[in-house]
Amino acid sequence: MTMHCSCLLVLSQMALGLTEVPSSPPSAPPPSIAYAPVLDADGDAYAQPMIAALPLTHSTEATRRALQSVTATNAFSEDGGGLRLGKVRLLKGGKLLLTNGVTTVEGSSGGGIARWATIAGRQMPGGIGLSNHATAIELPDFGWRSFGVAVGFGDRLELSYSHADFNTRDAGALLGIGQDYTFNLDTYGAKLRVAGDVVYGDPWMPQIAIGIEHKRSGDGALVRALGAAEVNGTDYTLSATKLLLAQSLLINGTLRYTKSNALGLLGFGSADDGYKLQFEGTLGYQLSRRAVVGAEYRTKPDNLDLGASPAWMDIFAAYALTDHLTVTAAYVDLGSIATFSNQRGGFLSAQVAF
Amino acid sequence: MMTAAAAALLLLQQVPAEGTDWDAEFGVELKQRDPVTGELPVDPFHQSNANAGAVPYDSARLVHDFGGREGIARIAARTVELSEADPRIAAIFAAHDTVRLKRTLSEQFCYLLGAGCDYTGRDMKTSHNGMGVTKADMNALVENLQAAMREEGVPFAAQNRLLAKLAPMSGDVVEP
Repeated sequence: MTMHCSCLLVLSQMALGLTEVPSSPPSAPPPSIAYAPVLDADGDAYAQPMIAALPLTHSTEATRRALQSVTATNAFSEDGGGLRLGKVRLLKGGKLLLTNGVTTVEGSSGGGIARWATIAGRQMPGGIGLSNHATAIELPDFGWRSFGVAVGFGDRLELSYSHADFNTRDAGALLGIGQDYTFNLDTYGAKLRVAGDVVYGDPWMPQIAIGIEHKRSGDGALVRALGAAEVNGTDYTLSATKLLLAQSLLINGTLRYTKSNALGLLGFGSADDGYKLQFEGTLGYQLSRRAVVGAEYRTKPDNLDLGASPAWMDIFAAYALTDHLTVTAAYVDLGSIATFSNQRGGFLSAQVAF
Repeated sequence: MMTAAAAALLLLQQVPAEGTDWDAEFGVELKQRDPVTGELPVDPFHQSNANAGAVPYDSARLVHDFGGREGIARIAARTVELSEADPRIAAIFAAHDTVRLKRTLSEQFCYLLGAGCDYTGRDMKTSHNGMGVTKADMNALVENLQAAMREEGVPFAAQNRLLAKLAPMSGDVVEP
């Protein structure tokens, strides 16, 4: 078998002319694969950098991403921050500063009191981001504290949760519900970007998002006693937001279909009032990449006939201290709350987003 | 047996000669930089200011804010340099003629800002075709451009006016 094999080898090599034959004439050039001297004729060819014109129909970056290993799950990515789960980027960021908005009193990406069409978190398409916030509002007779978390999926979907405590302080005793009685409200939000982009694309085509906010009051018996029809309720929102770069203006308008009484702190609807369409708007001016100032306006129903003012207003300044930490300070005018008028005060909020 | 024979044949092949020009072997074309401009040649295309992708401003103040043509040229070159050094998007620039890009980007900015240049580059769709640019890449480039404009002392509102001309082009630049 072995003999047979080597015989065949020798034969085949001879047939292909590969075997060195010692008696070959010395003048025969050593066999070589097509040598092209033309390219070397220009002596400077290698002195100057030459770039090969590779066929770039499927270019490097796109190809690199497509070929990226999916096996190295849960590993710190090699390019930029964040974690990787398969091909999904976790907390990698990538959004332009402030284009994730700050956080509303209801825990959604937006201004201070107006919901925007922006998606919380700094993630880009294919990534998942996270946003946390804490907000305090100090009014002459009341105090508001809220905190919450929002998760952003791509630049597409936002899911949020926020918990608010509304302390009635001395007003509680005067209203007969007890000194420092604190209303509680849980808000579960979802927002879906359906079209447009807040920065890119046609300057007159805003980012448009639809959303819901399901709110659950923690004070069932009391809000019913105050006249609210329900303890839980859901708001439906349609938002449009655009950064007009030429004017450095941020414009936002949101339509909210709601039956919430004071965001839902005082329950939802009443014996004779239900859903109504309300408006909330923001006008902001960008001072720098990190700073924006502006004003907000939000109408609200007075289902409980407590003489609540028809709208809330604020003027605000937001500053991105780092890529991740944004603080917002505002002067808010919440009008009359539970018969206590002139509720104007300070709003301070911090947001940490990835 | 045939497999063994084939393997042995492979092993016994002669080593290719030293200095074999593999580019020539595989038909890889080599482009030579222009000795004067240092740019690589591009395929012929229809040259027009319309390729810049937007209608220019007409404001002497805006041009002044950008430091005139020289300032604009520095901003364009610096944007490219920052991007070449930016790990987020360096890979996109690595395979491209950044000598030419610095010139055409400068011409585009200069034209759009109304500083009196003609744009001689290709349109945005053609020039970004097949690059696989994402919106995140575009954001990174915007940040580098903003950094270059800050270094040049361009007021923020004026920076945004240039971005306002570029942002609507995203549809031609970003791969769907």
